[in-house]
Amino acid sequence: MFKKLLSLTLALLMVATLGASMVSCSGDDGVFKFGVILLHDETSTYDKNFIEAVQRAATNLGLTEDQIVMKRDIPESDACYEAAADLVDAGCDVIFADSFGHETFLLKAAKEFPDVEFCHATGTMAHTEKLPNFHNAFASIYEGRYLAGVAAGLKLNEMIENETITAEQAKMGYVGAFTFAEVISGYTSFYLGAKSVCPSVTMDVQFTGSWYDENEEKNAAIALMDSGCVLISQHADSMGAPSACEDRDVPNVSYNGSTVGSCPDTFIVSSKIDWTPYFEYICNAVMNGETIATDWTGTIKTGSVVLSEVNTKAAAEGTQATLDAVKAKLVSGELKVFDTDTFTVEGEKLSSYLADVDTDPKYEKDTEAIKDGYFHESEYRSAPYFDLTVDGITLVNTNFG
Amino acid sequence: MHNVEKKAREPLFHVAKRDRIPLWQSLLIRVVAVLFALLLCTLLAYVLIGPKATPGKFLTQLFEGSFGTERRLWIFGRDTAMLLCLALALTPAFRMRFWNLGADGQALVGALASVYCMFFLGGKLPNGILLLLSLCASILAGAVWALLPAIFKALWGTNESLFTLMMNYIATNLVIFSITKWFYPGKDSMKEMAHGHLPQVYNQHLLVILIVLVLTALMYLYLYRTKHGYEIAVVGESENTARYIGIHVGKVTLRTLILSGAICGLMGFLQVSAFDHSVTAQTIGGLGFTAIMVSWLAKFNPLIMIGTAALISFLDLGGEQISTAFNVNSAIPSIVIGIILFFIIGCEFFINYKIKFRTAPKTKGGAAK
Repeated sequence: MFKKLLSLTLALLMVATLGASMVSCSGDDGVFKFGVILLHDETSTYDKNFIEAVQRAATNLGLTEDQIVMKRDIPESDACYEAAADLVDAGCDVIFADSFGHETFLLKAAKEFPDVEFCHATGTMAHTEKLPNFHNAFASIYEGRYLAGVAAGLKLNEMIENETITAEQAKMGYVGAFTFAEVISGYTSFYLGAKSVCPSVTMDVQFTGSWYDENEEKNAAIALMDSGCVLISQHADSMGAPSACEDRDVPNVSYNGSTVGSCPDTFIVSSKIDWTPYFEYICNAVMNGETIATDWTGTIKTGSVVLSEVNTKAAAEGTQATLDAVKAKLVSGELKVFDTDTFTVEGEKLSSYLADVDTDPKYEKDTEAIKDGYFHESEYRSAPYFDLTVDGITLVNTNFG
Repeated sequence: MHNVEKKAREPLFHVAKRDRIPLWQSLLIRVVAVLFALLLCTLLAYVLIGPKATPGKFLTQLFEGSFGTERRLWIFGRDTAMLLCLALALTPAFRMRFWNLGADGQALVGALASVYCMFFLGGKLPNGILLLLSLCASILAGAVWALLPAIFKALWGTNESLFTLMMNYIATNLVIFSITKWFYPGKDSMKEMAHGHLPQVYNQHLLVILIVLVLTALMYLYLYRTKHGYEIAVVGESENTARYIGIHVGKVTLRTLILSGAICGLMGFLQVSAFDHSVTAQTIGGLGFTAIMVSWLAKFNPLIMIGTAALISFLDLGGEQISTAFNVNSAIPSIVIGIILFFIIGCEFFINYKIKFRTAPKTKGGAAK
């Protein structure tokens, strides 16, 4: 018994000393390093989008492979803090985390390591925490969704002209993840884009309660098609909805990258956030000793919001030309996505709305968001806060997770 | 008759059960198995990752994951301790052949119970009392979560594996519900709580590691040196024998599962009070299932579990480091971990059995003894 314990202890000690002798001296050696914390790996479209952007930014900035340290499969727990601390040990000067739930743990690391910059995608706390080295970022993806909606509306118009459907039957279906502002803002802008070219359009939204659930997303898409939706779009990360559309030959507007490879007959266009400009911005800022904005919103102008190639096989004729024209108006500021003249809520035009911009546990509304005739989305903080249900959109269910 | 005997051919080799072999021999077999596994892994990594993953670099990174920096060494110790804690919790149930697959859920409700105390009473009570209250709540919650399947098993003979497994899902959704309802309405993660932090001894890891080591010693004594431990062993061997010698099987089942769940609850408390200070559906993150392997590999012996828990933690951390160092996704590290575990589990065969090759018969009819 005692002998067993002794041999075990000795064995452990030997392993430990072996390990200790292998400790390499990393730490800060003056070379710029960029650390990235990812929720999953390349198999998730969400994280793939970030990984590809990191690689593009690295190429554009001329960073070597050793200057980029990526940590994959980091859950939204204290493991995120530990990953961040480990990246600090490895000599990273700026650390980025890609998932909403990473925020509290990244914040903890930011407080402990004031000399390192921490950047977080989709978060909401930076503008109220006011730490000099903690930053949020997002993009005005509603602009991209609006454009994708225009493409959807053109497709509906084509169907009406061909008498496949009547104007009243122009109903779209939308598969959403959760009933959060990020999703609401997305489907509303998509709907308004479609409505701008096809005035009779309506839309049903069904929530799955998960960011990634291939079966649920597929089932939701099928249920929507069964209830008479003639076009489907989605805000969730799996191929569930697009592949259901391809099976039934129903046109699909995708998200987070083109799905034309697996859906050649039904894919119209896809919008996504391109994080390359943000990564270049934060790396440059740190290398040049400049401050990073507390709350950064990428726009269609900065190249942060992009559309994929239009699939001419599925899209209506002239879609690309119309998209280019509408995009130019968005870039110039002539067109506002949430123009209060274009939508009503319970039959009324809005002139005032208090949005929940500052993070608080009680979800209190704190900021007037409607001014100059439009809803100022992503201006008071980068993460979306548009959470109204506009007329013409029906929620089949709600799911707050 | 004579003819048949002449024609009977001995196969090229056959397998025979070994008698007990000395410790050094069984250790040698294990070391050789691990060396073979590492050799195969380095070759595989070289093929799959490419020339940048030279065998030397690959092995260095595998060790760097646990021993690369002082922080990693502490995290290695902490991960081992937490895994060990859950394995210890499962062990009494396993020795009784009660397949408790619900350690994840039992630890998670333990964590949740602590968070309830800290969230609603934090700041209103002195920290010491708050911690004590959280600890009791966690232990109680974990025990109840394990006791429910045990009651059903004892009274109606339900399948404990399925029952405990299903309780995991209830626990997960209870956490999600609680966060959305109370801790952070509308979101699926919550902020860090300011109260109810476990005091730090040197750093946040050491106290937890010490607690688990003491627990390991206590569990060893409980299982091998007390009447309870003996009863558990007898019930595990044969329920009928247990009844015959006057052991109340139902009572032992319930008592053991309360202990099993209570230790899971303790682990949940440690996770929340020492590290997370919040709860999410992933707080335990499947550790309750990994703990099953830790307990099995150690043949349900708490002292050997220190080694098996350390091995699994070492492989996990090394795998993560390989993924980071060579910029590959987690598939390759998972293959590496799989190969090493396969060899370690596979070598048990060579410890329990020996392979005898055909030997030329020296005398007529002289088969292998």
